[in-house]
Amino acid sequence: MKVEIQHQQGDFRLDVSFHGAKRGITALYGPSGAGKSTIIQIVAGLRRPSSGHISLNGICLFSSKEGINLPPEKRRIGTIFQDSRLLPHLSVLSNLNYGRRLLPVAARFIEFDPVIELLGIRHLLRRRPADLSGGEKKRVAIGRALLMSPAILLMDEPLNSLDSLRKQELLPFIRQVSDVFNIPILFVSHFPDEIRALADDIVVIRDGRVVNFGTAAEVEMT
Amino acid sequence: MTDWFHLSAYEWSALRLSLIVALWAVAASLPIGIALAWLLARRVFPGKFLIDALLHLPLVVPPVVVGYLLLVLFGRNGVIGHWLEATFGIVFAFNWKGAALAAAVMAFPLMVRAIRLSIENVDTGIEAAARTLGAGPLRVFFTVTLPLSLPGVISGLIIAFARCLGEFGATITFVSNIPGETQTLPLALYTYTQMPNGEAGAMKLCVISILIAVLALIASEVVGRYLQSRMRGQERP
Repeated sequence: MKVEIQHQQGDFRLDVSFHGAKRGITALYGPSGAGKSTIIQIVAGLRRPSSGHISLNGICLFSSKEGINLPPEKRRIGTIFQDSRLLPHLSVLSNLNYGRRLLPVAARFIEFDPVIELLGIRHLLRRRPADLSGGEKKRVAIGRALLMSPAILLMDEPLNSLDSLRKQELLPFIRQVSDVFNIPILFVSHFPDEIRALADDIVVIRDGRVVNFGTAAEVEMT
Repeated sequence: MTDWFHLSAYEWSALRLSLIVALWAVAASLPIGIALAWLLARRVFPGKFLIDALLHLPLVVPPVVVGYLLLVLFGRNGVIGHWLEATFGIVFAFNWKGAALAAAVMAFPLMVRAIRLSIENVDTGIEAAARTLGAGPLRVFFTVTLPLSLPGVISGLIIAFARCLGEFGATITFVSNIPGETQTLPLALYTYTQMPNGEAGAMKLCVISILIAVLALIASEVVGRYLQSRMRGQERP
């Protein structure tokens, strides 16, 4: 994934350029207000940047020069938001199937059962989102995004609203999701411990700019 | 002595006509109402203020004015009325369809208002999440926005239905007071009050009107609670 975007939003200017690896977890790290969530929204197609270029596996998602701006539903980018954003009127099962059902069978490379097993959510299938704990909601949200067989997963501070115990529970799931299904993840966080536990590559963002970029071993987080 | 449990043919016909007029008015205006409510809740466009003001007009002008405007526009010689008759053979003048049109116009602001409020309450973040899962805007509307605003749609529907049943001024001005054709409950009640010895009949129709209104409100409450409990716990971050 190649991202090179400029975006003006009030007084805040975002001007970043980075690569996401074809596999593994790339972390966007930086203090809150650095523009990380805005980057996620722009990559997902939910916000249009002022200018720039975004491509994924050689497919252009956005290019101000060529006038290309694929809508979010055509990007095949699984997005996990800070708040899980499950559909409150549907069961967990229907939530999981929402994106999957919209995908032609031939395009599904991630199957239902392995995802359910890995995330340990089989016992939740008949429940409604309102009856789930915060950690369960997160796992369902991850499952829902995975089941649309995405080209990449975006995770915007997915552990944010969880207490430290739940965080420790969820961290290994995220690692496994990337390894087992061989899907690259772009992971946003402002917690160094999360980044250390998960990231293969790190992009450090500050005040709307990339200030450091490299593998987890190279980048020092201060 | 009034026989409270026996309705004369005259009263039955008014009651039946009222229900038919109100049902048609609400059913025909609902799709337009939902579309307009969505536009007002979710889009910014030039002239939005004007449309919003126009929409609320029937609430603030005297119903007779609305009836008169309908007569001018939708009468057989009216601009729209003439065209509708020539093109589709639809006539609104002095028949129950005209009564339904008058009722629909008068109830429209109430319907749109209720639906608009409930659409505004739907978390746009959930809609955005559905987009990222591969659903286009239309699918998001029908699978996310509409189901989540259903309580408001239902309450808008019932409020509009009740308003239609009570429509008087615009109806009598536009389509007159013809028994069996345009004479709805309120018009029949009014006619009773103009007749010698009409008090008993007027009181009976008055009670029926109140009963229907109360039933509608109870139905709205029950359905609203049921839907609310089905969708309880809309996620908050």
